Amino acid sequence: MLRSRTRLSIGDHTLKILALTMAVLVLTLMIFIAWQMIAASKLSIAKFGWSFITSKIWDPNLKEQFGALPFIYGTLVTSLLALILAVPTGLGLAIFLNEMAPSSIKTVVSFLAELLAAIPSVVYGLWGIFVLAPWLQNTAEPLLNHMFGSLPLFQGPPLGVGLLAGGLILAIMILPTIAAISRDVMAAVPNTQREAALALGATRWEMIRTAVISHAKSGIVGSIMLGLGRALGETMAVTMVIGNSSYIHTSFFALANTLASVIANEFTEATYPLYRSSLVEIGLILFGISLIFNTLARLLVWSVSRNTKGGHVV
Amino acid sequence: MMDPADNAVTIDLPSNYAVRRYKDWVMSGLLILATLIAVTPLFMVLGYVVLKGATAINLSFFTELPKPFGEVGGGVANAIVGTLILIFVSSIIGIPVGILSAIYLSEYDRHSWLANAVRFTTDVLMGIPSIIVGIVVYTALVLAMGNFSAIAGGVALAIIMIPTVIRATEEMLNLVPYSLREAAYALGFPKWRTVLQIVLPAAAKGIITGVMLGVARVAGETAPLLFTAFGNSYWSRSITEPIAALPLQIFNYTMSPYKAQHAQAWAAALILIVLVIALNLIARFALRSKNA
Repeated sequence: MLRSRTRLSIGDHTLKILALTMAVLVLTLMIFIAWQMIAASKLSIAKFGWSFITSKIWDPNLKEQFGALPFIYGTLVTSLLALILAVPTGLGLAIFLNEMAPSSIKTVVSFLAELLAAIPSVVYGLWGIFVLAPWLQNTAEPLLNHMFGSLPLFQGPPLGVGLLAGGLILAIMILPTIAAISRDVMAAVPNTQREAALALGATRWEMIRTAVISHAKSGIVGSIMLGLGRALGETMAVTMVIGNSSYIHTSFFALANTLASVIANEFTEATYPLYRSSLVEIGLILFGISLIFNTLARLLVWSVSRNTKGGHVV
Repeated sequence: MMDPADNAVTIDLPSNYAVRRYKDWVMSGLLILATLIAVTPLFMVLGYVVLKGATAINLSFFTELPKPFGEVGGGVANAIVGTLILIFVSSIIGIPVGILSAIYLSEYDRHSWLANAVRFTTDVLMGIPSIIVGIVVYTALVLAMGNFSAIAGGVALAIIMIPTVIRATEEMLNLVPYSLREAAYALGFPKWRTVLQIVLPAAAKGIITGVMLGVARVAGETAPLLFTAFGNSYWSRSITEPIAALPLQIFNYTMSPYKAQHAQAWAAALILIVLVIALNLIARFALRSKNA
C-alpha cells in the first residue's frame, strides 16, 4: 500500500514538473529570442544609434554605412498596397460566403480557401516571378502608366518585379487570412440580429451593414491587422518578386526591398561583423513592428469572440 | 403616437424603397465581383503549379540528385529526403514540448500569471516572422556549432511548430468534460494517469489534427532554413551537415537564370504542395471522423 502510494506520487511529480518545465521553456524561448536579437545587433546599435532608423543610406560595400529607411519604406508600401487590394476583396468574399452563398458553395469555397492558405510562400514566389511579373511588365504596368502616368507613382520603365509585384503577391497571400478570420467573426453574430434587421424592413445589404458588419466591426479590424501582421513579416514570396534594391523610389514600378527580404537576400553574404549586426538590427525592427501589430490584433479578435460567445452560430 | 394609417391593411412601401432596392442589387453585385476577384488568383496559383509541375515531373525526379545548374534532368531525391528528415527532427523537439506545455496550461495551472504569460508568449511566437527565427538559430546554434546543419534547421522549424501545437492541444484538452476527470479520480486514478490515460486519449483526434497542421506549416517553410539547414546538392551523411530541403531547392531553382532549372522548380513545387495539402487533408479527416 505504502509502496504503491509513493510510486503514484512519483508519477504525479514527474508529469507536473515535466509539464511545468516545458511551459517555462516556451516562456524562456521568447525571452531568449528577444535577448539574442538585441545582443547580436549591439555593434550596429552602438555605431548608428537612432539614426539607423532614419538613414536612407545602405552601403555595405564602399562606405560601410547602414540605414534601415529604404526597407522600412519598402515594407510599409508593399503591406499597404496589399491591404488596399486584399481588404475589400477578402471582406467581400467573407460576406458573400457567410450571408449570401448557398451552403454547398460555402463549404466548398471556404474549404478550398483554407487549403490555399496552406500553400508555402516559396510557391507563391515561384508563381509571382514566372506568371505575375511578366503579366505586370507586359500588360498591367504599361496600362497603369498610360492611364495614371502623370502621377509619380506610376512612372518609370515597367520591370515586372518591384514594389507593385510585392504588394500584389502579398495581397494574394493575406487574402485567405482576412477572409477566414472575418468570416468566423461574422458567423459569431447572433441570427436574431439579422432577423431583427430584416423584420424592420431592411434590404439584405442594409441587414448586412447594420446587423452584421457593425456588430463584427472590431473583429474585422482584428482580422485586417492579423493580415497586416502576416504581410509585414512575409519573406520568401516578396524576396523573389521585389527585385532587391536598397534605394527609395517613389514609383510603384521600382525595385525595392522589405525588412524581411533584405535579410533573406544579404544575410549569408554579410562578410564582416558590422554588416551582419546591422541585418540583425533590421530583424529587431521587424520583430518590434510585428509584435505590436499582432498583440493589437489578438486583443481585438479576443475581445469580440469573448463578447459574442453566448450567441455563437455554427 | 398612434397614427390611424398604421392600421391600414395595404402596405405602403417607403418612398425611397426603389433607391434602397437598387443599392441592394449594386452591393450584391459588388460582393460577388469581390468574391470572383479574390478566388481567381488563388486558383491560378494552384492551376499553374499543377499544370507546369505535371509536365516537368518524371520518375528520375524522385530518384536522382540535382544536376549542375544549366543542365537538363536530374531530380530532387535528396531534397525530398531532406525535408522529411527536417520534419522528423523538428517534430521530435516540437511535439513533446508543445503537448506538455499545453498539458500544463490545461491540467495543472489554468489561471495563474505564469499560465497567462505562457499563453501570451504562444500568441507572440505565432506571429513572429519566420525569418527572425532563422537569424536567432543562426546566431545561437550555427555559429556555436561552426556550420549549417540539419539540427539547426530542425530546431528553427520546431520553434515555429511549438505555438501551433500548444494552441491546438490546449483547446482540445479544454473540451474534455470535467466529469471524465472526476470519474477517473473517483476510481482512484492518480492525476498523472488521469491526464495521460483518460484526458489525452479523449482529446487525441483533435490533438493529432493540430499537430498535423503544425507539421504541414513547417513543411513548406523556407525563410528559417536559409541560414540554418542551408541546402545541399548532395546527400547529407549526418544531421550535423548542411541538408537539402524542397522549399530551399525551389527557391534556388527559381532564382537561377536557366530554363531547365525553372522547370525543375515547378515540379518540386508540385511535390511540395501535394505533401502539404496531403498533411492538411489527413489532419482534417482525423478531426471529422471524431465528430461523426
